[in-house]
Amino acid sequence: MNITLKVNGSSHSVRVDPRMSLLDLLRERLGLIGAKKGCDHGQCGACTVLIDGRRANSCLALAVATDGSEIVTVEGLMEGDELHPLQAAFIEHDAFQCGYCTPGQLCSAVGMLGEPGPSAVTGDLREDPGLTPEEIRERMSGNLCRCGAYVNIVSAIAEVAP
Amino acid sequence: MNRVEGRVKVAGLATYAAEYPVEGVTYAYPVQSRIAKGRIRRIDGRDALAMPGVLAVLSSEDPPRLGPAAEGELALFQSREVAYRGQFVAAAVADTYENARAAADAIVVEYDQDLHDVALRADHPNLYQPETVNPGFPSDTVKGDVEAGLNAAETVVDVTYTTPVLHNNPMEPHAALAVWDGEGRLLLYDTTQGTSSSRDLIARTLGLPAEQVRVVSRHVGGGFGSKGTSRPQAVLAALAARAVGRPVKVVLTRQQMFDVTGYRTPTIQRLRLGADADGRLTALEHVAYEQSSTLVEFAEQTATPTRIMYATPAMRTAHRLVRLDVATPSWMRAPGECPGMYALESAMDELACATGIDPIELRVRNEPETEPDSGLPFSSRNLVACLREGARLFGWDRRDPEPGRHREGEWLIGTGVAASTYPAKRRPSKAVVTMREGDFLVQVAAADIGTGARTALAGIAAGALGVAPERVRVELGDSDLPDAPLAGGSMGTASWGSAIVRACEHLKVNGSVGRADTTEEVARDAELSRHAFGAQFAEVRVNSVTGELRVSRLLGVFAAGRILDAKLARSQFVGGMTMGMGMALMEETYTDEEFGGFLRRDLAQYHVPACADVERIEAVWLEEEDGDLNPMGSKGIGEIGIVGTAAAVGNAVYHAIGHRVRDLPITPAKILRARF
Repeated sequence: MNITLKVNGSSHSVRVDPRMSLLDLLRERLGLIGAKKGCDHGQCGACTVLIDGRRANSCLALAVATDGSEIVTVEGLMEGDELHPLQAAFIEHDAFQCGYCTPGQLCSAVGMLGEPGPSAVTGDLREDPGLTPEEIRERMSGNLCRCGAYVNIVSAIAEVAP
Repeated sequence: MNRVEGRVKVAGLATYAAEYPVEGVTYAYPVQSRIAKGRIRRIDGRDALAMPGVLAVLSSEDPPRLGPAAEGELALFQSREVAYRGQFVAAAVADTYENARAAADAIVVEYDQDLHDVALRADHPNLYQPETVNPGFPSDTVKGDVEAGLNAAETVVDVTYTTPVLHNNPMEPHAALAVWDGEGRLLLYDTTQGTSSSRDLIARTLGLPAEQVRVVSRHVGGGFGSKGTSRPQAVLAALAARAVGRPVKVVLTRQQMFDVTGYRTPTIQRLRLGADADGRLTALEHVAYEQSSTLVEFAEQTATPTRIMYATPAMRTAHRLVRLDVATPSWMRAPGECPGMYALESAMDELACATGIDPIELRVRNEPETEPDSGLPFSSRNLVACLREGARLFGWDRRDPEPGRHREGEWLIGTGVAASTYPAKRRPSKAVVTMREGDFLVQVAAADIGTGARTALAGIAAGALGVAPERVRVELGDSDLPDAPLAGGSMGTASWGSAIVRACEHLKVNGSVGRADTTEEVARDAELSRHAFGAQFAEVRVNSVTGELRVSRLLGVFAAGRILDAKLARSQFVGGMTMGMGMALMEETYTDEEFGGFLRRDLAQYHVPACADVERIEAVWLEEEDGDLNPMGSKGIGEIGIVGTAAAVGNAVYHAIGHRVRDLPITPAKILRARF
């Protein structure tokens, strides 16, 4: 099937196998290796990208279903040579070790910062406490990090959070 | 220092094994055995071969040629016997991943099934004493008379702990990309913790001279031991690429990883401790029961940490192994120390409770002057200092020793402590340092699996050369570089760093190039007991209604020689403690006794700590001078962080609720069962 989608600002028209996930399209066809395959089941978050501005597991999106969408991957977070503030904070706070979950953590954090709060972890939903460490931990729990860099991930995001 | 490869990692440009752009790449997808024991009667790949894009079917119907030394889990498609459920029995190769996977589903495998036996028990009739346990320790040790010591004791603790099958689950699935050139040389992009050893093992498996194999592994998405030795995906990629005459990529699914990339053996551990009225040990016995496969004897060294921990006139340690119809267990972060210290340090806490002596004081009273088992002097040992400093930072003196007394509403709060230890060894390594236009290039076939090796080694070279770290570039992760040991056993930095320091010294006298091989230097290392030590403190909150368990605070205090880089070290310690918390609370793979193989083969069922599980984890360290280690004075820190965490959490749970859970993981159900 033929689809057209925009990835990191560039338009791509590709013929795809209907069984192909968006993640495999990015990695195996478009040469964008930033989004990672960790579980292929939406359980680890390593493949997180932004689809039309919302964070999503690209392993759970069939490529054909993203026809006409705008995708942003970790490769699209930089402005020219300039790192996104979250990317810079991740380096400074040592918010990764092996780096394999990092692109997903970054895309997830970018998406999360644009989402309304609070989450279920805050008792009274009428009072928005803002991005407390507890809120960040809850909202970032879809992205697993086996190296155990969570402490540093939370402090990196807290530095950038409004 | 910030990680030197930080920028490529956050930009999504770091290349892991499956991510090298290779022209004309094709894909292989394995077929796994559906039985746990038996014989393959027939494999029919005709339907698969007729499917679109399919290039080949590999199986034992036409066994691919391997070298005579191919063995164990790597001898793919050589035997008709099935050793465990999930074993690779065939594979399809096709032009796309989707086509390969569909074709693998269409391969028909028929079996003659035998009855299997997959359950570890302490009374299994086939238990035996292995000659040695990993990596070459005696299986059993005896010193003094344990029974007499127990009979003479004022207090005796006789307890049994169990730990489940644990899976490493690095975030990057095991993957390999094989490219053969026209002259029969293999370029293998593999996800491995050691390219030199991986090259040798792959060459031996394929029956090739080592010079004809090159293994490249520049970035590794975590390993935790599961990438320490070559796994089947590397051999499958090489065989499939040879069969179809094109490059082949193999990326295991998360589910396949549970079956063929190793796991930590389940253990049953019986501890018997006797103590006099002052809490001094009169006897200490540690017996570990564990499993291996019928393919390979893998004997985890579970009881070995007990041999170095506490002074006692009588000690016995023993390992008993049973070979089951299961996948072969393998290395997982702190093999031996991690499960063994869970049991020993839980038992020490039980002894503290039974004697009424503070658990820190009990450990201090049993501090040995020399290594209890061998009598060797320690190169350095600062366990007591770690316990004391941890007590101060944690506020231990405010603790009410009586369990079950601290309550906030529904929540019961408890604190616990446990000791950590891990060997501090090194292995021979080579390295080359070259000066070019005032900058320095360090070359060594080391691996950076997330430890920060590139960064730490640049720092070591910069220190040895007396230049700024920015002027040093480290090249690693390629078997064409000077031979080096793998990243494992917390020996990487000590081994590679020794060679780098010597190469830098050589460069200073030699001019523009320095070379080193530390084989002779390491062979001359004096016989000493070299270990890092630490103390871990945990605070837990247990919900008295639901049994929910939260770890509200973890503190680790470590003494590990000279810490080479504070930022990287803290991340290593905290990361290990985070994984240790997972072991305490949630990590467990079920063995499917009815059908063989494992249940919970994904990350929705095998739970690892998520961001919300980690509230407050801190790691600090003591200054420790040790001139008997290596030129840096450092001890490895990749594994000690996971040692003792589960015991500290378990001891804190006991302190919170007043009941002991002796089977990991400590789930809400077990907490409620213990209480009611």
